[in-house]
Amino acid sequence: MEKGKGVMVGGRRWAVDFTDYSTSPSSRDVPDPPGFSRASQDQDDSTLSRQKKDAESNWKSQKAWEVAQAPFKNLLMMGFMMWMAGSTVHLFSIGITFSALWQPISALQGVGKVFEPYKDVKVDLLGPKLLFIALNLGGLALGVWKLNTLGLLPTHASDWVSSLPPAQEVEYSGGGIPIR
Amino acid sequence: MDIRVFLLLLLVLVSSVEHGFSLYEDQVGLMDWHQRYIGKVKHAVFHTQKTGRKRVVVSTEENVVASLDLRHAEIFWRHVLGTNDAVDAVDIALGKYVITLSSEGSILRAWNLPDGQMVWESFLQGSNPSKSLLSVPINLKVDKDNVILVFSKGFLHAVSSIDGDVLWDKDFSAESIEVQQIIQPPESYVIYAVGFVGSSQFDVYQINAKSGELLKHKSAAFPDGFYGEVLLVSSDMLVSLDATRSNLVTISFRKEEISFSKTHISYLVGESLGIPVILPSKLSGILAVKFNTLLVFIRVKSEGKLEVVDKIANAAAVSDALSFSEGQQAFALVEHVDGKILLTVKLSHDWNSDFLKESIAMDHQWGLVQKVFINTYIRTDRSHGFRVLIVMEDHSLLLLQQGEIVWSREEGLASIIDVTTSELPVEKKGVSVAKVEQNLFEWLKGHVLKLKGTLMLASPEDIAVIQDMRLKSSEKSKMTRDHNGFRKLLIVLTRAGKLYALHTGDGRVIWSLLLPSLRKSGSCKHPTGLSVYQWQVPHHHAMDENPSVLVAGRCGPHWDAPGVLSFVDTYTGKELNALGLTHSVAQVIPLPFTDSTEQHLHLLIDSDQCAHLYPRTSEAIGIFQREFSNIYWYSVEADNGIIKGHALRSNCIGVVDEYCFNSSDLWSIVFPSESEKIIATATRKLNEVVHTQAKVIADQDVMFKYISKNLLFVATIAPKASGEFGKPTPEESWLVVYLIDTVTGRILHRMTHHGSQGPVHAVLSENWVVYHYFNLRAHRYEMSVIEIYDLSRAENKDVWKLLVGKHNLTSPISLYSRPEVMTKSQSYFFTQSVKALAVTSTAKGITSKQLLIGTIGDQVLALDKRYLDPRRSVNPTQAEKEEGIIPLSDSLPIIPQSYVTHALKVEGLRGIVTLPTKLESTTLVFAHGVDLFLTRIAPSRTYDSLTEDFSYALLLLTIVALIAAIFVTWVLSEKKELQEKWR
Repeated sequence: MEKGKGVMVGGRRWAVDFTDYSTSPSSRDVPDPPGFSRASQDQDDSTLSRQKKDAESNWKSQKAWEVAQAPFKNLLMMGFMMWMAGSTVHLFSIGITFSALWQPISALQGVGKVFEPYKDVKVDLLGPKLLFIALNLGGLALGVWKLNTLGLLPTHASDWVSSLPPAQEVEYSGGGIPIR
Repeated sequence: MDIRVFLLLLLVLVSSVEHGFSLYEDQVGLMDWHQRYIGKVKHAVFHTQKTGRKRVVVSTEENVVASLDLRHAEIFWRHVLGTNDAVDAVDIALGKYVITLSSEGSILRAWNLPDGQMVWESFLQGSNPSKSLLSVPINLKVDKDNVILVFSKGFLHAVSSIDGDVLWDKDFSAESIEVQQIIQPPESYVIYAVGFVGSSQFDVYQINAKSGELLKHKSAAFPDGFYGEVLLVSSDMLVSLDATRSNLVTISFRKEEISFSKTHISYLVGESLGIPVILPSKLSGILAVKFNTLLVFIRVKSEGKLEVVDKIANAAAVSDALSFSEGQQAFALVEHVDGKILLTVKLSHDWNSDFLKESIAMDHQWGLVQKVFINTYIRTDRSHGFRVLIVMEDHSLLLLQQGEIVWSREEGLASIIDVTTSELPVEKKGVSVAKVEQNLFEWLKGHVLKLKGTLMLASPEDIAVIQDMRLKSSEKSKMTRDHNGFRKLLIVLTRAGKLYALHTGDGRVIWSLLLPSLRKSGSCKHPTGLSVYQWQVPHHHAMDENPSVLVAGRCGPHWDAPGVLSFVDTYTGKELNALGLTHSVAQVIPLPFTDSTEQHLHLLIDSDQCAHLYPRTSEAIGIFQREFSNIYWYSVEADNGIIKGHALRSNCIGVVDEYCFNSSDLWSIVFPSESEKIIATATRKLNEVVHTQAKVIADQDVMFKYISKNLLFVATIAPKASGEFGKPTPEESWLVVYLIDTVTGRILHRMTHHGSQGPVHAVLSENWVVYHYFNLRAHRYEMSVIEIYDLSRAENKDVWKLLVGKHNLTSPISLYSRPEVMTKSQSYFFTQSVKALAVTSTAKGITSKQLLIGTIGDQVLALDKRYLDPRRSVNPTQAEKEEGIIPLSDSLPIIPQSYVTHALKVEGLRGIVTLPTKLESTTLVFAHGVDLFLTRIAPSRTYDSLTEDFSYALLLLTIVALIAAIFVTWVLSEKKELQEKWR
C-alpha cells in the first residue's frame, strides 16, 4: 500500500493552481467581474481562516499535552509489571527491567519527532516537552531502581572487589617434612 | 558487573541441579579409564597339569594374591590384602585351594582356585617373632585329612586343608631354637624341624606328623658357627655357610648322629672371588652360590662331598627345580648376553646337556631379570616344553615361551611414588588436515549415525555401533594438544626407579625409561627415586624446546646419602642429563621463578641445612640474587616435634660453590613432647590458582580471604593416642590443629579437639583447610573445616574509593605486616574412614571446589565444598539461602552417584592427583594405588562447553533447513508481490 501511494504521488508531474490569494485588483490585468466585491470576501475569508487556525492551534496544543502525558500511563503499567516480576534475577524480570530502561531512552531520543505534528507558531511546545521528558526520566529512574533491587548495579563494595586477584606476597617459603 | 550476573546465573544453575556430576550407564569409559595391576611378583605357583587350565597364582609385594591367565595375562581373580598383611608364602593344596600365609605367619587362608572365593581362614596363635614357613606335603594325611604344615611365631601348626582347623600344634617358643626349615620327607610320618640354637649349635626335632608328639631331639655343636640360613639340597642334606663365610658346611641330619662336613670355598672354586651368597633356589642335589656377578653351581654328593659343576659369568636368576615326567627335574637359568637374555633349561641330574637354550631379544627398558619361575607343558608331539615367568628389574612380569615374549605386564605402575604432568606437542596443521580428509566419509557416517540416535531412529545394532564409536574415539588418544587441554601426559615415577609417560586419553604408556641414574652402580649402591618435578615448561618465548621433568633420588636408604638428579625430556623419554650430587637431598623446593628458557628454579636442601640452587647457571643465580632476601624455607621435624624456619644467609663456607647457600634459623615452634606429637601437615598446592581475594556473602557484604602460599597446617595428637584404635580413652587423647605462617613463624590459629584421635588427613586450599580424624567420644569419624579471613583489608568498603581505584588490595604485601585474621570453623560427622584427601583444581580457580575423598573401600568420592562451609546454620536466612548455603546437618551426606570411580575400585588407593585442564569448568582426577584410574570431572557441570553427545549434525541440519526456508519464503513473497503489482 505504502509503495502504491508513493507511485501515485510521484506520478503527478504538473499542476495548475486555480486559487487566487491576491487582494488588490490593480495587480491583475483582468478586471474583476461585475458584482464581485473582493474586499468583503477578503475580510470574510480572513476571519474564517483565523478562527480556523485558532481552533487548530488549540487542538494542537491540547494534543501535545495529551502526548506529553502519555508516558504516565506507561509508567504505571511498568510499575505494575515490575511489581509482578519480583526481585529475583530471571529471564522475565531482566526482560521487563531492560524494556523499562529502553522505552524511556528511545522516547527521549525521539522527543522532537513526537512533537513534530504539533509544531505551530502559536503553540508553545516547551511545557509538554518538559513534561514528556520529566515523565520519561521518571520511567528511567524506575528502571534503574528496579535494576538496583535486582542487585545488578555496582553499588556495593562487593561488586568492585569480587574479581580482584589475590595480592602478591613479597616473601616465599617452601619446605616441609624432609623426604624420607 | 557482568561477572556477577554470570556468577549469579551459575549459582542458580548449580543449586537447581544438585548432583550434576553423576554418570549415565553409557557414559562409563567415555572420559575415564581404569587399569588393573598386581605389583612386583614375589611368589608364583603354577597349576599342576591335572587342573588343566593354564593359569598361574602369584603373590606380590603389594600384598596381592592373584590368578593370571597364562595365555593373555588377564587377571582371573585378584585379592588385595591390607597394607600390613604381607604375603609370606603361597602354595596350592589338594589341587583346588590356593593357600596363603600372611601377616608374618599369623593368618592362613585358603582360596578357591578357579574363582578366588575364600574357603576358610584361620588365625594362628603365637608370640615369638620367627621365620614363617609354609609346607604343603602331597601325601601327608591325618584322619583322611590332608595336612598343611605352618611354622610361625615359634609354633609348628598342622592345619587341615579342608576347613582350616588346627589339628595339633607344637610350641617351640620355650626352646631357644631358631627354626630354619620344616622338612617332611615323602612316604613318612616324621617331620623334621631343623634350626640353630645360638650361632654354633644345630638342633633337629623329629615330630610325629599325626599327633605332633616329639619323637626325638638331636643336637650337635659346630664350633665355627653358622652364617645366614640353611638350604635343603636333598632329602637328607642341608647346606649353610660358616661364620667366616669362607667355608660351605653340609649337614646330614637324618642319621643317628648329626654330621657336619666343611669345605673351603677357595679350595672348591680355585681362587677367592668375594663374598659368597647361597641362592635360595631349590635345585635338588645342586646349590647355587653367587659371588658378585659370578654364579657357581656346586653338586652335593654323598657324604657331604662337594664338586663344582659350572661357573656362569652373567647369570641373573635361577628358578627352583621342577619335577616333570619320570622323576626328572629341571630348572631354568637366565643370563644376560650382549643385550639379549639367554634362557637355559637344565636337568638337575645331567648338567652337561642343555634341555633347552633360547636367546630372546628384549627391550632394555625392562632392566635385568630378577626372578624366574619355571613351568612345563606337554607339546602336541607329547614331548615336554617349558615356559618361564620372569620378573624384571622394573617390576614388570613377562612370560617367555618358545624363544618369544608371549606377554608382558608393566607391574611397576602398581607402585607409583610421585606424579607430575606435561603438555603434549602443539598440533601441526598439515597433519591434522590430511587426517580429517582421510576420515571425512567416516566422520560423516558417524554423524549420520549419531543423528539417527538423537532422532530415536537407530536400531539396537546402530546404538551398539554408536557406543563403540564413542568409546574408541581417536580424538581422545591423539598425540597432540587439544583445545580444551584434556590430553596431557602423566609422568609417573615408580618405586623401581622407572619413569612412565601415560596418555590421559586412554592410559596407554607412551614411553618408559628405567632411569640409568637410579640403577645400581658402583657409586650408587641402593638408589631410590624420591620425587618428580616439572623442570622446564615451555610456553611463550621458548616454544621450540621440549618440556622436561626433574627426578630427584638418593643413593641409599638414609636421608643423608648423596643425591641424584636426572632430567628427562617428556616428548622423547630420553634422559637429557644426570647429576650425581655431592650433597644429600632432604627437601626439594620449587621456586616460583623461571629463567629465559622457562626452566624452573629449584632449591635443594641437604641434611646440613645448606641450600643448593639448580639449574647451575649464572642467569639462574642472577634471578635468585634479586629475590634472595625474600626466600625462606622451613623444616618439620616430626620425630622431635619441632618446626623450624630458616632464612638464607651467604655462600657456603668451606666449599667454593656459588650455588650453595648457608641458612640460619629464624624461628622455631617446639611442641611439648609429653602432650603433642606431629602426625600430619598440609600446605597449598604450588600450582593452585585463586581467582579472587574476596568472598561475597549474603546482603552483598564482602569478606576478604586470607590467601597465602606460606600457610602450613599442622595436626598434633597426644602421644598416648598415637597407638592403636581403641587403646586410648577419650580423656587422654586430643587433637590440636595449627595454622602457621611459615615466613614469620606466627601461629595464626590454634584449636583443640578433645577426645579425638588420628590418623589425620588434611587438605589446604585457598583460605580453608579440611581435615578428617576420629572422634572417640562420638565413636565416629569427623571432618572439620577452618576458613581464615583477613581483617586488615575489611575496611576497604567505600564504593567511591574502589571506583577510582584508590585501594591497596592488589599491591604486594609482606607477611611481616602481621595482618589481623579471623577464622571460622565447623565440624561434621563423616561415616567413612579415609585413605587420601584431595581437592579439585581448575585453570583459573573460578569453578567451585569439590573435595575428593579416597574412601576405605578404595573409591573416590566427590563432596561439594559447600557442605563444609563454616557459615552453615540450622535455619539460614533467605539471603543466605540465595547465596547457596545449605542448612546445617550433623553429618556429611554420601550420595552414591557422587562416587567419581562409579562402579570401579582403585585397589590399594594411595594418592589422588587433580590436574586442571584449559577448560575452566573441568579437571582431571588421577587416582593411583595398585590400580590406576583417571577421569574428568566438572564440579559445577560443564557450563562453558557443549556436552560430548551434542549433535553437531542436528544443529547443522537445523541451520540449513532454516536458511532454505528463508530462501523459499523470500522467493514466494517476491512472486506474490509481482502479482499484486500486475493486478
